[in-house]
Amino acid sequence: MSTVVETILSNHPQAKRDSLIPILQEVQEMEGFISREAIASIGKHLNLPTSKIYGVATFYNQFRFQNVGKYHVMVCRGTACHVKGSAKVLEAVKRELKIEPGTTSRDGLFSLEIVACMGACGLAPVISINGEFHAGVEPDKIKGILNAYRRKESENVK
Amino acid sequence: MINIEVNNRQVKSNPGEMILTVLKREGIKVPTLCHLSDLFPTGACRLCVVEVEGVPGLVPSCAFPVRDGMKIKTHSPRAIRARKTIIELLLANHPDDCLYCVRNGNCDLQTLSEELGVRERRYSGKKNEYKVDTSSPSIVRDPAKCILCGKCVRMCEEVQGVSAIDFINRGSKTIIGTVFNEGLNISSCINCGQCIAVCPTGALREKSNIKEVMDALNDPTKFVVIQHAPSVSVTLGEEFGLKMGQDVMGIMTAAMRRLGFKRVFDTSFSADLTIMEEASELVYRIQNGGKLPMMTSCSPGWIKFVEEFYPEFIENLSTCKSPQQMMGAIIKSFYAEKQGIDPKTIYSVAVMPCTAKKFEAERPELSQGGIPDIDAVLTTRELARMIKMRGLDIRNMEPEGADSPFGERSSAGKLFGVSGGVMEAAVRTAYFLITGKEMEDVKVQELRGLEGIKEVHLNIGDLKLGIIATSGLGNARKVIEQIKAGRKDIHFIEVMTCPGGCIAGGGQPYGINMDAVKSRMKALYEIDRDSKNRTSHNNRFIKKLYEEYLEKPLSEKSHHLLHTHYKKRDVLK
Ligand code: SF4
Ligand code: SF4
Ligand code: SF4
Ligand code: FES
Repeated sequence: MSTVVETILSNHPQAKRDSLIPILQEVQEMEGFISREAIASIGKHLNLPTSKIYGVATFYNQFRFQNVGKYHVMVCRGTACHVKGSAKVLEAVKRELKIEPGTTSRDGLFSLEIVACMGACGLAPVISINGEFHAGVEPDKIKGILNAYRRKESENVK
Repeated sequence: MINIEVNNRQVKSNPGEMILTVLKREGIKVPTLCHLSDLFPTGACRLCVVEVEGVPGLVPSCAFPVRDGMKIKTHSPRAIRARKTIIELLLANHPDDCLYCVRNGNCDLQTLSEELGVRERRYSGKKNEYKVDTSSPSIVRDPAKCILCGKCVRMCEEVQGVSAIDFINRGSKTIIGTVFNEGLNISSCINCGQCIAVCPTGALREKSNIKEVMDALNDPTKFVVIQHAPSVSVTLGEEFGLKMGQDVMGIMTAAMRRLGFKRVFDTSFSADLTIMEEASELVYRIQNGGKLPMMTSCSPGWIKFVEEFYPEFIENLSTCKSPQQMMGAIIKSFYAEKQGIDPKTIYSVAVMPCTAKKFEAERPELSQGGIPDIDAVLTTRELARMIKMRGLDIRNMEPEGADSPFGERSSAGKLFGVSGGVMEAAVRTAYFLITGKEMEDVKVQELRGLEGIKEVHLNIGDLKLGIIATSGLGNARKVIEQIKAGRKDIHFIEVMTCPGGCIAGGGQPYGINMDAVKSRMKALYEIDRDSKNRTSHNNRFIKKLYEEYLEKPLSEKSHHLLHTHYKKRDVLK
């Protein structure tokens, strides 16, 4: 059992099932994602089946079950971005990275997350990669943007 | 008693009852898709809606209690229209697969669509794409056919106490799945098939072994034999429209021969053998300070349950293989030797009321020198399918006698099909082993019936034997927790995975029809009542088997062939 999760659970002594979501949030906050080990420990602590915990966690978009990639891509699906066509942007990112929101590419380079609003409505449609904002993105620009990060990565390797 | 009015008729009902309960009693059929009797209603499907005077919307009758003077209309145009719309909406995201579906002709969704007169596609939505999960040796899950009624989830959690599956994701992405949506084979699923029993559609089914068995039957180099579990002969007839609980032993044997099986063995015979070994093991443990309470080991779902959830009780499990596996082991050893057949050419099939038996047959420890004790397991449903496929009309078939290659069973072995039956059979023999005398009345009433936990203390000589028979793993959990909490008066616990025992197994005809289950139970009790020999130890063929081959219960040979061991399993649970 990872000690981080242990510590979090020890801060919730005698917790019941209504503490599940706060605990999941803390675990994700500290570890970046909800691991198998974390689910097993939480289940023991709350006396809840792991299938139930996974069921609750997948009900909400905020939880992820893989560690984030080296580059974490957030696509805004807030109202302003939606009006400006963020659905197509998201499709383009998914196609380019071949991953679904909430998951991480196999090489661990990219992960994808949908967010409700980044508070950057003036830049709509907007995506952010490791906190760098890309404003007014169009679907056909996605490939170029992501390739820039890929290039950076291969230069680092050299 | 209160008075309510249903469709302009006065009806009496008990306060607090749900409307649906009253309607059922009155013979008024309102369709349901998510209702499970005895469990708390969820009101998920809304199919059971009725009109109640003075209540604005339609109300779900499964979750709405009656009130004095309530006026109900069950089939008003509005209620019928609502039901039809629900079905149409369900069909909008459902594959048009009926012709290829295992539930064709036996599907609640299909039946309702027909009954409500759905004739055109009024809604066509985007259909989700799903992967079929075929990873488990027992259960196949096809999420495309799932209507999210939630019955499987409740069965698995509330009745079986396993919780292998739950709702995952949200909205239109919702599916039923395991933790991390992984294959059932690596989940905590114990293969009981109770989820199949309650599923209204083809979303859950057994992993079929019909093809393998057919191939073996068509292979001239194979000597294909079959055995049938105690509960099968009192159930199979239902699949052909015969009376519930009718014992079709004779025609079933005839049908099996027509299908091409060379020998027909009765698993009830090896159940007698199990009793000889298990009762001896119990007496040995009691007299030698062995691990107690001893727990039965013939139900493979229960075994996996202990390995996963209560590994600290593995030593309490009897080391006896199940009757299926004992039969398999002696067919490929003693029988093969005696008949001069190379065990490698024997293809050994077992017909079981159970899906977990498929998993059991694949356990690597249940084999000898790389040859599995059992090659394929068919459920009662699959046997019926094979018989229909071959065009055998069992209603007009002459019954044939069993060829009982080992001789006949006692009726104690036949009792294995019902909860409490293994215990009753074991007590009859343990009594004899301890006192040297026969029980005056071999029937132990306290162990009979469908109750989830049955308990009795019996005086055997100086010993006060404490015994429990429990079925449904949720109940087994309760019993095991009592033992954990320090209960000391219990020596022997029988556990059957499925509520009521094998007569209600996950491989029996679809749906849980309590009338049918009771009829099957009654049939087994009648067979026992009318039997000449009701004890395993007085079965002269069993005695002969020991004389000729096994020597005596718990002998080295018995240990080698008839006993096994289990180990802890790590799964996310
Ligand atoms: S589950 Fe029922 S409705 Fe669906 S394809 Fe199968 S038989 Fe047809
Ligand atoms: S087979 Fe039994 S344990 Fe497995 S999912 Fe179905 S109900 Fe649960
Ligand atoms: S798999 Fe069957 S029982 Fe389970 S939710 Fe789907 S339709 Fe209902
Ligand atoms: S049966 Fe009543 S809501 Fe499903």
